[in-house]
Amino acid sequence: MNYIPISPKEREAMLAAIGVKSTEELFRDVPKKHRFPKLDLPPALTEMEAAAELEELAASNENLRGDLVSFLGAGAYNHYIPSVVDHILRRGEFYTAYTPYQPEISQGTLQAIFEYQSLMCALTGMEVSNASHYDGATAVAEAVSMAYAQFRGKRTKVVISPAVHPQYRETLRTYAQGMGLQLTGDDPSDVLISNLDSLISLIDANTALVIVQYPDFFGRIYDYTSLIEAAHAQGTLVCVAANPTALALLKTPGEMGADIVVGEGQPLGIPLAYGGPYLGFFTTRKQYIHKMAGRLVGETIDNRGQRAYVLTLTAREQHIKRERATSNICSNQGLMALAAAVYLSLVGKRGLRQVAELCYQRAHYAADQLGKIKGYGLQFPAPFFHEFVLRCPQPAAEINEHLLEHGILGGYDLGQDYPALNNHLLIAVTEMNSKEEIDALVEVLSEVEHD
Amino acid sequence: MNIPTNLKYTKTDEWFDPLSGKMGLSDYAQSQLSDIVFVEILVEVGDAIEAGKAIASVESVKAAAEAYASASGKVTAVNEGLANTPEILNKDPYGKGWMVQIEGGDAFDLMDAAAYQKYCEERAH
Repeated sequence: MNYIPISPKEREAMLAAIGVKSTEELFRDVPKKHRFPKLDLPPALTEMEAAAELEELAASNENLRGDLVSFLGAGAYNHYIPSVVDHILRRGEFYTAYTPYQPEISQGTLQAIFEYQSLMCALTGMEVSNASHYDGATAVAEAVSMAYAQFRGKRTKVVISPAVHPQYRETLRTYAQGMGLQLTGDDPSDVLISNLDSLISLIDANTALVIVQYPDFFGRIYDYTSLIEAAHAQGTLVCVAANPTALALLKTPGEMGADIVVGEGQPLGIPLAYGGPYLGFFTTRKQYIHKMAGRLVGETIDNRGQRAYVLTLTAREQHIKRERATSNICSNQGLMALAAAVYLSLVGKRGLRQVAELCYQRAHYAADQLGKIKGYGLQFPAPFFHEFVLRCPQPAAEINEHLLEHGILGGYDLGQDYPALNNHLLIAVTEMNSKEEIDALVEVLSEVEHD
Repeated sequence: MNIPTNLKYTKTDEWFDPLSGKMGLSDYAQSQLSDIVFVEILVEVGDAIEAGKAIASVESVKAAAEAYASASGKVTAVNEGLANTPEILNKDPYGKGWMVQIEGGDAFDLMDAAAYQKYCEERAH
């Protein structure tokens, strides 16, 4: 914050310089009734009173550190965050630094972004990562912009699986407005019958991009190799929206031949929060680098032969390329990208795999136990990672209400987005859910019918 | 400033060779852009192009620009080599740095070398 002292004498000098006599005169063009509109506010409180009121409001929040046990995922997951992540984030050098406008002066920020990019490439099996986007949904939308630019607007169709996160698809539709794009494949009523073959049948020579999720919104794991081959046969690009934790355990989308791998980076050391900030990661192949949106940090050597970091290929960005740039996003989610980089560096390759294995094992234990309860069952036979669809004997909303009475945040009510899955819960289990918690969930659900 | 007399020139600093039908960026344009790091040809063989329409996107270390068609006609060849070695646009703008070849183009409205020389000198002041 700049502290700018001003004396009445200086104020008068400034007013005189611009040729007005008073501050009142300076604002005379603003109609009088709009200058100080009457605001309907309660009487002013003292600081002590205001603090007490805010504390009381905050206390009505229920959090996952003691208040509630959570089996809610659907795109945002409850993972352990080592305390070092927050300590590094809160260092003044990082906390206040936005992607700088004179970037090379901020070598520390650039190095952190470069390391983040390197880690994301290793995780996804891709060649290039940008400096990040705002969240998973915007990263998916940027994949569409990139594919559209790659074909210079000549291909106007995008095929999207109905098992891509509903919010990602909604964001995509907002982005695609006015681009003349036809989005197809994601009719939510088809969700029970659609499979990879039905997606493949939609790909034609006018298709710019195919978007699938891995694991998909229902937690299912598919090998997309054959879908990617079918797309490439039409010259079509494929974007895989991936869960970064799952990538520690599974074949990478890069190995499957994906052209773009994006996703929500929140599971990598970023706390659950309504409205974020979250983190969109975006990786691709070198050949598409000039069409990729966002910032890109590169490593080079300076004029003394020392290692240095720079913003690379900025000419393709909007501030230079104007309306011809792929995207209007030149910014990135710096602090959250740093959180992901610190988290991944801390837990390491083996640690992340351990997290993924714990998620996998506990989710499978939960699925086994829940599937045995009378009236309940697993909806899909496909292999899954840490999330699965539970068929319930009653509307999911009623079951969640009952669970909440027992201090359990239930799964995601799938009927909101998929009418055919009205009585279905999407249950997420991570390393944060103990066996006791899972057993408690099973017990409460077993009792629902008797209540 | 290298301005070959057998070529014709546009006000947006492209050249056109009426004999071969090739077109590209002038020496003046490449020197203004400085080190060119990326070139993308925006048209394909068989496309009908119109004078003044963008045929290539050029990025240098300090700017991004478009190259416009210096004449109208049907594209018979594009220089695929530019994608991998954009620096030849700096080294040899009238030779290996050609961008697009067309047939049926005329240089009716274009400047000759002397007029283009004068046009470049005027802008230098």
